[in-house]
Amino acid sequence: MRKYSVFAIAREAMRGHKGWEQQWTSPEPRKDYEVLIIGAGGHGLATAYYLAKEHGITDIAVLEKGWLGGGNTGRNTTIIRSNYLYDESAGIYNHALNLWDGLSQDLNYNVMYSPRGVMMLAHNVHDVQVLKRHVHANRLNGVPNDWLTPEEAKEFCPPLNISKQARYPIVGAALQRKGGTARHDAVAWGYARAASARGVHIIQNCEVTAIRRSSNGHVIGVDTNRGPIGAKKIGVVAAGHTSVLMEMAGVRMPLESYPLQALVSEPVKPCFPCVVMSNTVHAYISQSDKGELVIGAGTDQYISYSQTGGLHIINHTLDAICEMFPMFARMKMLRSWGGIVDVTPDRSPILAKTPVPGLYVNCGWGTGGFKATPGSGNVFAHTIANDNPHPINAPFTLERFRTGRLIDEAAAAAVAH
Amino acid sequence: MLLIHCPYCEEARPELEFRNGGEAHIARSTSIADESDEAFEAFFFIRTNPKGLVYERWRHIHGCGRFFNAVRDSVTDKFLHVYKAGEAKVEPSALMANLPEHGAYANVPAAELNAKTPARKRATKDGEA
Ligand SMILES: Cc1cc2nc3c(=O)[nH]c(=O)nc-3n(C[C@H](O)[C@H](O)[C@H](O)COP(=O)(O)OP(=O)(O)OC[C@H]3O[C@@H](n4cnc5c(N)ncnc54)[C@H](O)[C@@H]3O)c2cc1C
Ligand SMILES: [Zn+2]
Repeated sequence: MRKYSVFAIAREAMRGHKGWEQQWTSPEPRKDYEVLIIGAGGHGLATAYYLAKEHGITDIAVLEKGWLGGGNTGRNTTIIRSNYLYDESAGIYNHALNLWDGLSQDLNYNVMYSPRGVMMLAHNVHDVQVLKRHVHANRLNGVPNDWLTPEEAKEFCPPLNISKQARYPIVGAALQRKGGTARHDAVAWGYARAASARGVHIIQNCEVTAIRRSSNGHVIGVDTNRGPIGAKKIGVVAAGHTSVLMEMAGVRMPLESYPLQALVSEPVKPCFPCVVMSNTVHAYISQSDKGELVIGAGTDQYISYSQTGGLHIINHTLDAICEMFPMFARMKMLRSWGGIVDVTPDRSPILAKTPVPGLYVNCGWGTGGFKATPGSGNVFAHTIANDNPHPINAPFTLERFRTGRLIDEAAAAAVAH
Repeated sequence: MLLIHCPYCEEARPELEFRNGGEAHIARSTSIADESDEAFEAFFFIRTNPKGLVYERWRHIHGCGRFFNAVRDSVTDKFLHVYKAGEAKVEPSALMANLPEHGAYANVPAAELNAKTPARKRATKDGEA
């Protein structure tokens, strides 16, 4: 792999940009691998990268039914934060946040991580209590999070409407300054390029249709539309399709898959400095470096694999956006789309061994796993390499729904993502 | 937005009048305290979450207020069947056999669907569907 640098740009500028290499190779699948990762989203690619980098395992293939990064990784609104309530969540999301810090250098790929601040709005007494509880819990876990008055919130984000006449007036806000955004495609491409450089095979247009097991139950490989592929260990990292894949190995999951939508506006000059979220009126918004407003809507109420959601869901979010930011009322929306998110009952992910020997699962990130991509891949690689979880993901088991040791972010905050 | 046929009101109404009630035909134990942890987990947390036919509950909350069941294809979001609470579940094979226009929907290339005559009218000729 040729390193990207300012010298490389200068060299290529002289040569008419004819010397840039392909970012990753597309080899024919081998018959056998030590590890198969199913799903080339950010989490799957990061898992392969850290397996190669930190555990010396390079005999890996990442199998992807469509194109790399074409799942939720390429469809999300890229909000990064770690201000969750529980200690376990603080552990894993903050691990990710720390990795975001040096990720562009580590991958030699600009993932455009921009810690511009994530501000969560309170509109009523309940919101104030919930968000303040989060602020305190975060501080106890060493995660800085500040409480702001409406005036301070407006100073941080001038487009905000803090009028007391608003239908849902803003009465305060919690601000995680280290939160922000990153470029989703670059995260997938950067991990793919760095993993490929270490010898990982990335195989696109390769759909897994069955998981094969030996007579003692251990996994031995998969069937795909490009033929059977053998493996000693298999990691399922398939987001909305996890139930479908785990069913192939006879494991029923505590998951439901829902459409979640996002939309972007026409591009405009920089006018929105941070990320703002409101769980109460359900809207979240930031501005991409291309100038588009990036807006996240809610999930539909029914399970679906259609990758499209109802128009009324988007409308509802735009109502909220227009009320909080009246200056956007006449913006035109350019595109909207949906992804299929895998939701657990406690809204916390599962990164764990499964009842099937040699089979591991990383799922349940639901509406909010982009922020965790580096941390999730990092500890999941540890789990696969050692057949044992890393202390950070040890609480995120599949068995917690039997033992009752939930990590109940859902009840804690009713947060969207 | 889905259009949902309520089997009690006997008419199709917009999704906004309804609340989804999750997977159907999950029986609650009559003595929940005596359940094993495994059985409770299966009842309370584990879900089929199929890519294909979903058996689900709906409640016509802003209409007649009643619960009923439906079968929907989770890939096309098309409803195949609605039935009142307490009525028996119709097996997938029986449902598919009775619904020819669903067959016309699945795996037909987009260009075919855009043909001048709608698929349903074309269906009678030389077995084309
Ligand atoms: C609209 C939207 C907005 C979001 N906003 C945010 C946000 O602001 N912040 C945040 O942190 N998170 C957000 N999320 C959630 C986030 O996108 C996901 O949690 C995260 O990207 C999941 O990454 P992944 O790599 O696990 O899954 P994916 O990127 O979905 O990758 C899974 C891959 O598995 C592949 N696959 C499935 N079945 C098979 C098979 N049988 N064989 C081979 N491959 C298969 C799929 O094609 C897919 O590419 C959002 C999600 C959506 C949809
Ligand atoms: Zn009714």
